[in-house]
Amino acid sequence: MSGMPLAAVEQLVKRFPLTRGVMLRRRLGEVPAVDGVTLEVREGESLGIVGETGSGKSTLARVLLNLLEPTSGVVRYRGEDVTHARGAALEGLRRKRQMVFQDPAGSLNPRKTVGAAVADPFAIHGLLPERAARARRVSELLEQVGLEPALANRYPHELSGGMRQRVGIARAIALGPELLVADEPVSALDVSIQAQILSLLRELRRELGLTLVLIAHDLAVVRHVCDRVAVMHDGKLVEVAPVEELYRAPREAYTRELLAAVPRIPGLVPSAAPASQPDAPPAGGPQSSPPSSSSST
Amino acid sequence: MSAGADVALCVEDLRVGFDTRDGLVQAVDGISYAVAPGRTLGIVGESGSGKTVAAMTAMGLTRGLRTRVSGRVLLDGEDLLAASPARLQELRGDAIAMVFQDPLSALHPLLRVGDQIEEAVRAHRGGASRAVARARALELLELVAIPNAAQRIGAYPHELSGGMRQRAMIAMALANEPRVLIADEPTTALDVTVQAQILALLRRLRDELGMAMVLITHDLGVVAETADEIAVMYAGRIVEQAPAAELFAHPQHPYTWGLLRSVPRLDAPVGAELVPIPGRPPSLIDPPSGCRFHPRCPYVRERHRTVDPALEPLAARPEHGVACLLPEAERQAIWSGLTKGASAR
Amino acid sequence: MAAYVLRRVLWGLVLLVLVSLLTFVVFYVLPSADPAQLRAGRNASPATLAQIRENLGLDRPMTAQYWTFLSQLAFHANLGYSYFSQASVGSLLVDRLPATISLTLGAIVIWVLVAVPLGVVAATRRGTWVDKLTTGGALLGISAPVYWLGLVALYLFADDIGIWPLFPGAGSYVPFTDDPWQWFTSLILPWIVLASTFTAVYARLLRGNMIEVLSEDYVRTARAKGLSERRVVWRHGLRAAVTPLVTLAGLDIGLLLGGAVLTEAVFGIPGIGQLNYQAIVHADYPLIQGTVLLAACFVIVANIFVDVAYAYLDPRVRTS
Repeated sequence: MSGMPLAAVEQLVKRFPLTRGVMLRRRLGEVPAVDGVTLEVREGESLGIVGETGSGKSTLARVLLNLLEPTSGVVRYRGEDVTHARGAALEGLRRKRQMVFQDPAGSLNPRKTVGAAVADPFAIHGLLPERAARARRVSELLEQVGLEPALANRYPHELSGGMRQRVGIARAIALGPELLVADEPVSALDVSIQAQILSLLRELRRELGLTLVLIAHDLAVVRHVCDRVAVMHDGKLVEVAPVEELYRAPREAYTRELLAAVPRIPGLVPSAAPASQPDAPPAGGPQSSPPSSSSST
Repeated sequence: MSAGADVALCVEDLRVGFDTRDGLVQAVDGISYAVAPGRTLGIVGESGSGKTVAAMTAMGLTRGLRTRVSGRVLLDGEDLLAASPARLQELRGDAIAMVFQDPLSALHPLLRVGDQIEEAVRAHRGGASRAVARARALELLELVAIPNAAQRIGAYPHELSGGMRQRAMIAMALANEPRVLIADEPTTALDVTVQAQILALLRRLRDELGMAMVLITHDLGVVAETADEIAVMYAGRIVEQAPAAELFAHPQHPYTWGLLRSVPRLDAPVGAELVPIPGRPPSLIDPPSGCRFHPRCPYVRERHRTVDPALEPLAARPEHGVACLLPEAERQAIWSGLTKGASAR
Repeated sequence: MAAYVLRRVLWGLVLLVLVSLLTFVVFYVLPSADPAQLRAGRNASPATLAQIRENLGLDRPMTAQYWTFLSQLAFHANLGYSYFSQASVGSLLVDRLPATISLTLGAIVIWVLVAVPLGVVAATRRGTWVDKLTTGGALLGISAPVYWLGLVALYLFADDIGIWPLFPGAGSYVPFTDDPWQWFTSLILPWIVLASTFTAVYARLLRGNMIEVLSEDYVRTARAKGLSERRVVWRHGLRAAVTPLVTLAGLDIGLLLGGAVLTEAVFGIPGIGQLNYQAIVHADYPLIQGTVLLAACFVIVANIFVDVAYAYLDPRVRTS
């Protein structure tokens, strides 16, 4: 982890026009979704961006990946100004930076099989033209995210939410990106599935050396997965700090307010294996059945 | 767990199944609980646990050609499941009311908020004039602390923020001072600060109005702060039920442990691994044999694949019930092992 | 809002000019009968033909003819004179309009009064005979050509040729001012026939919309409030389901006001549709232009009205 900035935004501003009336479309003014944010994403880290509705975190992520054009400000990648990147340069950037979206149902084309969805990036960038090689790679990717390769022939509606999200992740890592931005990847999922997906993201980050930007409104989620956390409010960056520091000694009033609002679960926290060791049973991938109990009957 | 003398809502052995093309989906398979006035029962579960279907059935909202319902739902002694459609209509929105998950889709998009609340009043206060209903609607909006109520009363749902919409929906549910309020994931669609406000509001209203409240959610934190008693549902059954403090201090069921281990918590050590519950929720058409949780349980034994545990009280603490075949002593040991070295809060 | 409507009206005028130009071009480009010939009759001499042609201004260059038309219309509100009857186009249109309006409005009333309850009931009682009747009847109504229906209706019920003589036959239309009763009875069959197709389509559409709406969350909330099922279905359900139908109906009405040619022909109703048809047969260009422009006018107005109505019906559309 070199800690060098991989991606960054400087004084980023993104405004959306606000109109009223279907007839006249009067411009009432503009809404600054992102209002002067300067933030860097360091190579190899896991950065969390937290905020409530309207804080601008999703907009920020989209501008960071050139999915939206900023109103003003600079977007950088590896030090270069890529704010207005186009054409071949942009394509190259897209291979290196990928996104996982919130709604697993909405981000997969319901008419494409899972295999086709995961193979899309190759098709789009003209890689792996032979069918066999592509199919092999798709199987590999599906396994990497904990899915059975046979699922490649299924359609999104045949899968559960958690499985669909895994497909989205497989698609995102298909081209071997350096930066992965996950926009609320677990908000739409059940609690126990959330844990599976978060663990998967952690694992993939280790295996592939990814830099991860995780956007969430759930402070506890971010705390578990990220090294550094940025708090946003009303389009502005309120506080950025290493995760322990932010949660233990938040400096800003808004951060404290957010933390205070999170409902606490009382009681002792059941331990997991320490972070450095692999889990003792009941680990195992989501598809494998748990081993029978090792203790004597 | 047992019904006390003054019980507002009592559910007895409720079973709800749906006839589908693929077979009978047994969404709720024998649950029982009771809520006294002024108390809150939190029902925790994930998709497919049956928690929402049970609540909807209590309100009679699942009646249909393909629904099979058995059991009793007693509202102040009257069985809602056996009630005629006319009687059910009288009770709904009056003695028993419900708040739904997403207020943007649960409120009528083309009618003003004030009109929708008025409607609830006039449906049950036969003969209430429009003026009276209007005044009541305003009173209710102020009760749920909507700022600028006089203006907001004429707003359409999409013109309000998420928090205000949910307050409006709560106002609508409270229009006729119900005995029982069922809230189905009332804060899931909301920001965390707004969620805290809404939960505080629900607690205050419950205390002021003396309602019995059933709070359905998948969020353990939400029930921790708001519920007096908690029931954990899995695959259509209640697998554990206890007073809130007791449940978090001495959880007994492996599914509860699984939830507690897989949920990110602010008081866990930073960077601790979350331990997901392996596998997926079971099919309700063809549930696992024996203990329904056994395919995902790390402590499964041979016997668990064939014997279906019933919900039974603990010897020492009868208000705490568990549906698990592991001996109590062993469960204590496992839990101690899991929490060894964890610092108390 | 006023500015919006004004803008749409101005664009509408531009559109009307384009329509008139297109009609003009089509008339002159496509081979059609020679109006002078038709006017002159079979055995006219070439001299008579030439004279008629000069009278009608057909010997002048096309652009000049078109310009005359436009300027007359813009500055004198004069639509020209029919080649065939020499009557002013404007007066002919005014003459025929009441019949078309009578026919259209009556048909609309029937189609709304029948389609709405049918659609609602079919949706709330799915699978019952009402539902099957609606769906099956709808199929019939949509597939049966309106002139065939008209002829069958006459064959069955007309008092001159019908099996069960109940209603006046074809050609018995009189203006309302002449004999209200006759006006009314002569229109009953045409109304029903014209309404049938639309009823079928709208009942099915409404049924589909209602089924969707009735499974929405807000309908469930209405039931949970303890509202009567009737109120739930009509005030909550229908209110939401009907909006797209209103906009569709507005457009259909606009079209119909331009003349229901087939129905008018079968029943011998002297309306705009008939006028249009006769004009085409006689290659009576000014009259064709007049009827086409009138029809276009109605469609444009209907469009504007429908857009305004939609924003009124669905408040979500008003804010972005």
